[in-house]
Amino acid sequence: MTAAPRARDGAPDSGALSLNGVTRRFGDYTAVDNLSVEVGRGELLAIVGASGSGKTTTLRIAAGYESPDSGTVTLGGADLTRVPPERRGFGMVFQHYALFPHMPVEENVAFGLEARGVGKAERLAKTRAALASVGLEGAGSRAIQSLSGGEQQRVALARALVIEPRALLLDEPLSNLDPTLRQAMRDDLRAMLRRVGVPALFVTHDQEDAFAIADRIALLRKGKLLQCGTPEELYHAPISREVAAFIGRGAIVPAVDRGATAMVTIGSVTRELNVTRPQGAAARFEDAYVVMRPDALRISRESTGSAWRGRVTNRRFAGGVVVYRVRLADDVTVDVESTSGETREDETVAVTPLDGPFPIVPG
Amino acid sequence: MKLRPQRQSSLRMRVTPQRQSWLIALPVILLLLWSVVYPNAAVIAGSFENGLGHWREFAASPSDREALRTSIVISVASVFASLAIGVPLAFLLGRFEFPGRRLLRAVATLPAALPPLVGVIAFLFLYGESGLVTRVVQRILHMEEAPWRLKGVGAIVFVHAYTMYVYVFLFVSAGLERFDATLDEAASGLGASTSQRLRRVTLPLLMPAVAGSALLVFMNALGSFSAPYVFGGGLRVLSTQILASKTNGAMGLAYVETTVLALSAVAGLALFRWLDRKRKYTLASKGGRARRTIRSRRIQLLTTVLSAVVVVALVLPHLMVVLVSFARDGAWTTQVLPPEYTFENYRRLFTESELWRPITNSVSMAIIATAANLVVCFLAAYLIVFRRFKGRGLLELLVALPWAIPATAIALGLAATFNRNDLATARILLVGTFWILPVAYFIRDIPLVASAVESSLRQMDSSLEDAARGLGASWLLTMRRVILPAARPGLVAGGLLAAVTAVGEFVASVVLYTHSNRPISMEILAQLRALAFGTAAAYSVLLIFLVLLMTLAARSFEERLA
Repeated sequence: MTAAPRARDGAPDSGALSLNGVTRRFGDYTAVDNLSVEVGRGELLAIVGASGSGKTTTLRIAAGYESPDSGTVTLGGADLTRVPPERRGFGMVFQHYALFPHMPVEENVAFGLEARGVGKAERLAKTRAALASVGLEGAGSRAIQSLSGGEQQRVALARALVIEPRALLLDEPLSNLDPTLRQAMRDDLRAMLRRVGVPALFVTHDQEDAFAIADRIALLRKGKLLQCGTPEELYHAPISREVAAFIGRGAIVPAVDRGATAMVTIGSVTRELNVTRPQGAAARFEDAYVVMRPDALRISRESTGSAWRGRVTNRRFAGGVVVYRVRLADDVTVDVESTSGETREDETVAVTPLDGPFPIVPG
Repeated sequence: MKLRPQRQSSLRMRVTPQRQSWLIALPVILLLLWSVVYPNAAVIAGSFENGLGHWREFAASPSDREALRTSIVISVASVFASLAIGVPLAFLLGRFEFPGRRLLRAVATLPAALPPLVGVIAFLFLYGESGLVTRVVQRILHMEEAPWRLKGVGAIVFVHAYTMYVYVFLFVSAGLERFDATLDEAASGLGASTSQRLRRVTLPLLMPAVAGSALLVFMNALGSFSAPYVFGGGLRVLSTQILASKTNGAMGLAYVETTVLALSAVAGLALFRWLDRKRKYTLASKGGRARRTIRSRRIQLLTTVLSAVVVVALVLPHLMVVLVSFARDGAWTTQVLPPEYTFENYRRLFTESELWRPITNSVSMAIIATAANLVVCFLAAYLIVFRRFKGRGLLELLVALPWAIPATAIALGLAATFNRNDLATARILLVGTFWILPVAYFIRDIPLVASAVESSLRQMDSSLEDAARGLGASWLLTMRRVILPAARPGLVAGGLLAAVTAVGEFVASVVLYTHSNRPISMEILAQLRALAFGTAAAYSVLLIFLVLLMTLAARSFEERLA
């Protein structure tokens, strides 16, 4: 039996991890459909999608647990598509961590080194260092069962890091943590992944996790890549209604596209809005929609002729701001953020758009 | 709606939960102390009735020392033989896909459906000196004599391996099914090769299943009676030695032998517990992984041929018993197969009252024992799972105790205790009456039924009982509408196992039976001794049929309710 190659052997500059036109079918069902993404060295890419969008299958293809029916997986240009997981030298953090229940913390972390035939002394030193790097120094002899969820997550991370992986893959790394811990771990995780400096691919259904951690986000739906870009791009310049509906909250309202502006008519009131067009989009959409996010609208009790009028159906205090849900004419419902909380439910209010620009998407 | 909280709360005041627990627990604990602990204590006390005299006698007897040694050798060998068959089979069926897999899976547990004595006589018909396989091999090789003799340690371990590997197979299969596939993936992602994963992850995690089933085989082999009794051929083991001493009237020596047998079992139990001491985890029941299709043509062919051989080996004993049940008694002598076939054996079973008697005996005694098991074990399991009271630990111990005591020892304890009426020492005369066997069956099956019900109840959310009480339900209504339905799957499964074990029971019966309450197993043995193979086989088929009938009844009962 040949030992697994040492991670980074012959590839000190591992280069970008790419999935190139990857397709995976299960019977009639296409889990991943001609998907291409690339993660550069030191970059954090989040694959975001609802359950069943194919994001976990994508990650498993990257790790080598699934073989694509077509397409390739490459690292720094080298084809890894047919390389089994044990010889890819990737570090993976599983959703439920997959820590070995019969080994204490130290043995779990050292397992990848043991598999590579690393000597005992070196194993111990590296394991200690890895545990220290995730803030778990001195926990080596503890049983897995005695760890909290956050600690287990960090052991799983240490186990993936200690083998000096050529790429890091994380499956819903934060989904098993309680909300308070989750906020704190987002920052820790981002800092730790940054330090490692290898391509890092993580999967999540939670866009807030993705916004907080990732450099870029790949949004998946039914196995297809909808859009890949920075969080800002996805938020401010979504390329389709689907992306706009998934990322951030906002009402998607039909509009008449004028290029730099768009005309939005609700009831009998028409407003002209500044718009941002998706990158590389057509100069004008035949069938267009604008996205009106809560922070791009203003609510007031006194009405002017050019405002949309509606009734407050819901009032929700969200920390520094109050979010009102307002039902306008033509069955359009918008959420509006306001710093003043004077308005009550069932009041009639005026809603006016701010300067924008508002994202515009094709229908 | 008007509630009546007044009455409810005053009731609560009078009967505290602790006291209520004791009200239910006390009769159960007393019954178990009387039926389980007392007879065994009497045996131990009896072994010291003349100081260390009987013990010296035991230590000085070469045959007893040989019996102890042989018992342990057979048990350990049976464990290894069962592991050697059960573990690879579980892996093959659990992890790989190949032509013939479904058939092999279907028959893999078949030996468990054979009552102990029936398995033994099936082997006699197949591999005994005049058995089918023996004769075929003899003919093919043109030998003067049988190529082997089905006698001694080898023969006993052979039969044990056939009937007991099923425990290993079932435990390891369940372990593989519950095995969290992501652990294996995590290991491979960390660079572990196939053999490293097997050695460091898969096998360590399956150890609890392997150890648990090994212990079960060890206990069964240690207490096994039918195989040594039929194939021993002068070989002495503790269980047969006990019966011999009792038959010779050397009760003191029988007490010592029984104590030694029970101590060996307890020692085995303690050893396994000690080996398993460090384990703190359980296997999470997340879906296993998909079976891998065997791609290599040669290995595929090899697997299929091998599994065909295994299937034949597993099915042959059943077929042989059925075949012999149609053989005319006394006609099968030197031929490969019985020469004459007839329905006579079955006709006589159903028409001659003397031959019909064992069947009604076995069925009625099994029903009585099982009914008692269901009542007592339900109460015990309820108390163990839901109630916190002093004495719960004792109850748990009492319920598990018969499991650690070989059936021969249980039987001898009953024989030593309930042989006279003496209310001052809580003895009543059961020996020589019909009731002694149902009592023995009841005791043997307590751990089986109790653990089945316990595992059902443990799946129930314990707050359901509180919720029912909070909605104003009385204790009885809560029992009937909440607890009992939750316990039902365990009651059905446990009851079925108890009834199946009781209807074919042999080990305790051989010590305690009388002519009037002789069960089917004793009648099979009697017919065998009279060389009435056909009749013995017909009884065996009937027994298998009864087991089948009960299994189907339990299944349809469960389906109708579920």
